[in-house]
Amino acid sequence: MVPISWYLVLAAVLFSIGVASFLIKRNIITIFMSIELMLNAVNLTFVAFAHMWHQITGQIFVFFVMVVAAAEAAVGLAIIIAIFRTRQTLNVDQVNLLKN
Amino acid sequence: MQLALFIIFGLLAVAGAINFLLQRHPINSALSLVVVMMSLAVLYWSLGAEFLAAAQVIVYSGAIMVLFVFVVMLLNAGEEERTHGSRAAYMAGVPGAAAIFCLLSFIFLSNGRAFGSTDLTNHLTNAVNNIAEISQVLFRDLLLPFEVTSILILVAILGAVVLARKEQ
Repeated sequence: MVPISWYLVLAAVLFSIGVASFLIKRNIITIFMSIELMLNAVNLTFVAFAHMWHQITGQIFVFFVMVVAAAEAAVGLAIIIAIFRTRQTLNVDQVNLLKN
Repeated sequence: MQLALFIIFGLLAVAGAINFLLQRHPINSALSLVVVMMSLAVLYWSLGAEFLAAAQVIVYSGAIMVLFVFVVMLLNAGEEERTHGSRAAYMAGVPGAAAIFCLLSFIFLSNGRAFGSTDLTNHLTNAVNNIAEISQVLFRDLLLPFEVTSILILVAILGAVVLARKEQ
């Protein structure tokens, strides 16, 4: 018997760490991975609420989130490869063509 | 049993996430993210979502993270260096994330009694098991969205191939 709120707090911890690393990290691949961490944290809240309401719909939501995350990872990593090919860097501070 | 699983794998997930935050090399971050995803799979299983636990291991740790590690090795990514932008991000990012965490956990813990606690004894309503229940919803009620996701995956594959191709 674990309180549902403990699962939600664990998801909040993971989400906050994802937000912090999204803002702190400078490597574009690591930034992309922190988005995946945030998606995983939200999935945990979906599963916890699905368990709480005895409904299967929350798990269906998680399934669709997983599918979209897989598509997003494929396209995003292709964009990262294209950026590396044109700019020769993975540091987001040096990808600033639109800044000046 | 469930409490022990939650404590062990919850702590493992948090430790993996903090290690993800602190490591400076992308490959170390990727491997600690795999630890987070595997422990999340165990937590899904402890919440009665066996199908999602298997899908988490197969899709996230199996497919997506392998793709990440592959790209890290393909681009030969080294350790990231500290720049002026990263110091500004430290100043704004850490208090912001801490504020988000405090707000969320305050809401969750102040409503903790309303959420109740986990109970696996009468979890399933009218189905044999979790996978049967999911497949009834997914392949009967939500058949059209399920087919649309396959088109989405197809478009994503084509987009990835076009984007990653060398310019002529």
